[in-house]
Amino acid sequence: MTCQGGNEAHDPGGIVFRIVHKRQLSDVVFEMGVEAPRVARKVRAGQFLILRVDRDGERIPLTFSDWSAEEGWVRFIFMRVGKTTHALSHCEIGDELTDLVGPLGTPTHVGDLGRVAVVGGGVGAAVAYPVARAMLEAGDDVSVILGARTADLLVLEDEFRAIEPTRLVVTTDDGSAGVKALVTTPLKELCEAGEIDLAFAVGPAIMMKFCAATTKECGVPCIVSLNPIMVDGTGMCGACRVSVGGETRFGCVDGPDFDGHLVDFEELMSRQRVYVEEERLSDSEYSKECSCRL
Amino acid sequence: MSAVDDSGNVATPKPSAEKPRHKPSREPRTPMRERAAVERAADFDEVALGYTEELAVAEAARCLQCKNPTCIEGCPVQIDIKAFIGHIIDGEYREGVAVLKERNALPAVCGRVCPQEEQCEAVCVLARKAEPVAIGRLERWLGDYDLACELEHRCVPEVGEPTGFRCAIIGSGPAGLACAGELARLGHDVTIFESLHAPGGVLTYGIPEFRLPKAIVDSEIDMLVQMGVKIECDTVVGATLTLDEILNVEGFDSVFIGSGAGLPVFLGVPGENLNGVYSANEFLTRVNLMRAYEFPRADTPVWRGRRVAVIGGGNVAMDSARTALRLGADEVFLAYRRTEQEMPARREEVHHASEEGVQFKMLCSPVEILGRDGFVTGLVATRMELGEPDESGRRAPVCVMGSEFEIECDTVVVAVGTRANPLLMKAAPDLELTGRGYVAADEHGATSVPGVFAGGDIVTGAATVILAMGAGKRSARAMDGWLQNPDR
Ligand SMILES: Cc1cc2nc3c(=O)[nH]c(=O)nc-3n(C[C@H](O)[C@H](O)[C@H](O)COP(=O)(O)OP(=O)(O)OC[C@H]3O[C@@H](n4cnc5c(N)ncnc54)[C@H](O)[C@@H]3O)c2cc1C
Ligand code: SF4
Ligand code: FES
Repeated sequence: MTCQGGNEAHDPGGIVFRIVHKRQLSDVVFEMGVEAPRVARKVRAGQFLILRVDRDGERIPLTFSDWSAEEGWVRFIFMRVGKTTHALSHCEIGDELTDLVGPLGTPTHVGDLGRVAVVGGGVGAAVAYPVARAMLEAGDDVSVILGARTADLLVLEDEFRAIEPTRLVVTTDDGSAGVKALVTTPLKELCEAGEIDLAFAVGPAIMMKFCAATTKECGVPCIVSLNPIMVDGTGMCGACRVSVGGETRFGCVDGPDFDGHLVDFEELMSRQRVYVEEERLSDSEYSKECSCRL
Repeated sequence: MSAVDDSGNVATPKPSAEKPRHKPSREPRTPMRERAAVERAADFDEVALGYTEELAVAEAARCLQCKNPTCIEGCPVQIDIKAFIGHIIDGEYREGVAVLKERNALPAVCGRVCPQEEQCEAVCVLARKAEPVAIGRLERWLGDYDLACELEHRCVPEVGEPTGFRCAIIGSGPAGLACAGELARLGHDVTIFESLHAPGGVLTYGIPEFRLPKAIVDSEIDMLVQMGVKIECDTVVGATLTLDEILNVEGFDSVFIGSGAGLPVFLGVPGENLNGVYSANEFLTRVNLMRAYEFPRADTPVWRGRRVAVIGGGNVAMDSARTALRLGADEVFLAYRRTEQEMPARREEVHHASEEGVQFKMLCSPVEILGRDGFVTGLVATRMELGEPDESGRRAPVCVMGSEFEIECDTVVVAVGTRANPLLMKAAPDLELTGRGYVAADEHGATSVPGVFAGGDIVTGAATVILAMGAGKRSARAMDGWLQNPDR
């Protein structure tokens, strides 16, 4: 595994994190596979990894979307939004990532859930997909609600279809694919019809907030998979603190799954915005750098 | 290249008969060169510049070379202080380095961060009447002398005949590094597993560049790599690998756990999850490990407060406060529950912090953090008084009713301590823990699992670099004994 101090001198060799798969799912959404045999042996649905693209890079968390213990690789899906995901989108098969660590977080509980509505919003679909698959494999009944702002941001629809959920509902905000609605509309219908015992929602914080509110009204429990800002992902910094039922929990080790009815979403959204200015600066410096290189 | 032979003894020719008798100098303690407070508080370069050869020789000359050198007993790893200072007096610097390395794998680090004033220097014979010999500064000078040499000319302890045994070390902080060095000397094949992307533990992610340059930590680690120690970063034991897998799948014969006390403790007051409130661990990790002070050249940002309040009175609090100043804060306050006398931080660091402009607010304790639109705007604290001594012997602070006051600030750094991270242990149910969640180990580091040893902060709770190194080294010896025992 790659390893370095500040002088970046020693690299004792061993396993390298080589990119073995890359697929563009839409204009801005990519799927990537990386060789990481030890990690691949351990992953379970709902867990995440942290990677760095290069030696000046930030540590960013991404959820495992797929993995093969036999072949020793893991996959994840990311949307190109900031500097790190831009740089990542420029990596090609055969390139090596500087770091990849995992699996982190507590796996999603599956198997005795009954009828579940798995709701994936935007790239949240990348988390929803392995979770839905694990639930189906464990014998749960799974309905999938897949939502995005517009058709181009809709990902993994074919993959979801292939695992044969009980139903698959697609929504877009602008009606460019599936039903013109927010994910909460079909969710509410399923809850009211008494068709589900549990909802599992993952996507932007605001979407999870509304899924939690919708299910709460109907008295259906709702698990949400949170995405707070992280640094180490192992419980040593507390950057990922979230308030759940009035208690502070660490998103990276106690989560990422929490009881949606108890999560303080306002706090989560506020904490996610702490570095917006810095991110803007980082992105603009990066685009300057890119245009220089061209 | 080594000045240490197989048995670990210093192979120095001893033509003592020809040496002139040492006449101690009567000069006062030699000051160390330091950068001026205004200059150094504006950047992350090292504050203390150390001795020159001339200054080191002058300071060494003060040593009495006692028949009964009490200083050695004050050192947690019993460095032969008299001998290494003797070598400086005689101009035999390489031999001096060898004496240090016999006991201490990281002299350039310890010379900088050990609390010598409470250890060796406190019991130096000279300290009874005047100022003690500046043992720490001399250790630092020799450590740096060694680091300044090309790697192939450095004093690298000799590696023993391969024993065929494989040892795994969890965590690359001082405990793990010291254990690794000793095991390699004893001929074992050593691999360190580290969860972060860089080795060094607190030396890398916690203690700031201006107090312990990362290049020094890296060079010391390079020496271990030179000795054949393998370091695998990005490996979280308890997640990527379990303790059981290290022993039974990866095929290691023995394991040392040196995973530190890395779980931050928060205050538990309202407003603690506002933007701008950091654990010291997060604040320092962003700045040191992720080099946020170079943002946007390095990608990781940190919130650069204009008015920063740091809570706590230890080294971690001092480092956080001085880091905040260097990030450009106009004012930095340090709020501590007791008085300056009770502060656990090293005197030297308290002195440096106050020179640089950190404002100390003693006898006060935060009760609430105030905010607007999700960001910190201030801190409500209450005044404290010192009551009766508690079980630690320090006078316990009690709060003065109705004495709340406000400190305006936009950043709060909480540096009130750390605990053991349960991640590794949760995946190792056989490993016995203490009531407070640390790994239970005897004085040799042996745990409840045969062949598994532990030491450093993960056993004692947050302590010091040298105690962690001492524990790592003791465990290495015990591991060797365990491995060589045919009846196990
Ligand atoms: C800011 C700060 C300043 C300090 N200043 C001083 C000082 O001036 N003088 C002094 O003597 N002491 C000081 N200390 C204390 C000193 O640094 C510690 O006592 C010492 O580092 C403990 O060493 P350790 O090896 O036990 O643990 P650590 O240094 O904490 O190292 C533990 C390592 O294990 C890794 N790890 C943890 N869990 C796992 C896992 N599950 N799998 C793999 N790896 C894992 C961690 O990432 C880390 O690298 C300071 C501490 C801090 C935080
Ligand atoms: S006790 Fe002081 S004077 Fe005596 S040998 Fe040690 S350092 Fe030198
Ligand atoms: S990301 Fe650091 S504790 Fe969770």
